[in-house]
Amino acid sequence: MPPSDISILVIDENRLRAAIIENGLREAGHRQVSVIHEVGEAARTIVSLAPDVVVIDLENPNRDRIEHFFSLSRSLRRPIAMFVDSSDAATIEAAVEAGVSAYVVDGLRKERVKPILDMAISRFNAFARLTRELEQARSELEDRKLIDRAKSILMRTRGLGEDEAYALLRRTAMNQNRRIAEIAQSLITASDLLEP
Amino acid sequence: MTADFQISAGFMPLLDSMLLVAAQEKGFAAAESIELRLVRETSWANIRDRLAVGQFEVAHMLAPMALAAALGLTPIPSPTIAPMALGLGGNGITVSTDLWERLLAAGAPSGLEAAGTGAALKQVAAGGRLRFGVVHPYSAHNYELRYWLSACGVHPEADVEIVVLPPPLLPDALASGAIDGYCVGEPWNSVAVAAGAGRIATVKSAIWRSSPEKVLGVRRDWAEQHPQALAALLRSLYRAALWCGAPENAAEAAAMLGQKHYLDLPPALIEHGLTGQLALGDGRVEPVEDFFLPQARAATYPSTSHALWFYSQMVRWGQVGHAEERARQVEACYRPDLYRAALAPLRVPVPAAMAKIDGFFDGQAFDPARLQDYLDAQRRADAAIAHFG
Repeated sequence: MPPSDISILVIDENRLRAAIIENGLREAGHRQVSVIHEVGEAARTIVSLAPDVVVIDLENPNRDRIEHFFSLSRSLRRPIAMFVDSSDAATIEAAVEAGVSAYVVDGLRKERVKPILDMAISRFNAFARLTRELEQARSELEDRKLIDRAKSILMRTRGLGEDEAYALLRRTAMNQNRRIAEIAQSLITASDLLEP
Repeated sequence: MTADFQISAGFMPLLDSMLLVAAQEKGFAAAESIELRLVRETSWANIRDRLAVGQFEVAHMLAPMALAAALGLTPIPSPTIAPMALGLGGNGITVSTDLWERLLAAGAPSGLEAAGTGAALKQVAAGGRLRFGVVHPYSAHNYELRYWLSACGVHPEADVEIVVLPPPLLPDALASGAIDGYCVGEPWNSVAVAAGAGRIATVKSAIWRSSPEKVLGVRRDWAEQHPQALAALLRSLYRAALWCGAPENAAEAAAMLGQKHYLDLPPALIEHGLTGQLALGDGRVEPVEDFFLPQARAATYPSTSHALWFYSQMVRWGQVGHAEERARQVEACYRPDLYRAALAPLRVPVPAAMAKIDGFFDGQAFDPARLQDYLDAQRRADAAIAHFG
């Protein structure tokens, strides 16, 4: 069967990531893609859709519940197992590393499912990278704000110029083997405590 | 100084993760030159999968889950051994305040006694299908809830419904009315009690005294390749268990476990299970003897009798068909030999071989040498209540 004939259900509480996965699947020619964010809906959705493949994120606290549901569900014509083929250890490892897991109905051929899982893995990894970069950018911005405040305290209380204030912060950080932002934070805290 | 051994361990936020946490926080792991990395997990499935693919070397694991892996019942192959148990007891069965009112009206005793509460439940269950939560199909919780129900004449499939939910979500599910009761490890009974959503109806130690619960699940290939690291870990966990079992450490242990990266709960809630001083939910605090034993009564010894009892319940509830070969696989999953060898330098008493076990509230005993008889007797009893219950 062509890719469009495989019915895929994506369960992810993270809406943005779910949308990214869904897009990837559609770009790959899959037309039967459903997405749910709440596991509460999972039971009903699985019965009505009878998906061939279920993709779920590993952060989801309801994995045990979903697996139990698969084991009970009489409405699924074929049993659902995890991953494409349990002998494909590398794919399994890559999936767990990326934080995604997939359940596949028994009998669906490996070469049909592997591209789906590979796509999910690469999109999960890309999403994690993006999140990390955003986080880093955010913390750099925070650091810069702290350093600016610390500089202005030093300029005011010690009568230093901006460059001198920064040099003092940097020297102190090097001497104490700490980050400049940490020194800045300590200075701000101390200054707050000493304010009349 | 760098440690000789680096070990990653997954755990779920439960009272009996405390042996691993204490090994880390109280320096027992470091004293054995182990750098222990503890990772809190959100599902038992994650524990199983991360152990299988090598992200964890060891894990805080439901004992029957290790056996399911040994029997090839897990979705991905995951040869796992259990060289140590992580305590005895520690679970409770909590019901909604509404169900508790009905149980009282049906004559339930005010304490935690299993038989009397079960008899009341049999009456109430006849009036409408109740729904109970457990944490996993392959869990002591599932089997002890079913054991208690069946022994009281309530068939766990024909008369009630059993669903699976992760421990931290059970109190909310109870409060919202999605389930009528659940069986879970502490502190997740005390959490529902503190929220005013539930009443502890009975406890694991009342259903089966000194009964097994979690194990240290270990990847078999890692254990084979790193015998010294494993032995060092078992010794550090044994010392951690001694510390956890000392009553004078209870307050410190509760504060330690309550931290954000462990259970992230108020220490007072954790202390109930730790000391056995359970707040039942009707204002009373009931002292429960042997509620949770981290160390006493050979609580860390991986008894193959326990493994076989769990197996008997897997067979009983249709999770696996009985075959002599499977019983041997189950026995081989538990490794008292590794436990004994690791602890030899400590010169502490270690129990002898497989033994008959009792302490069940219905007066039954389990003799692992007569497994087939036990299975036959349970099948007859279950058929009787399924048809005439």
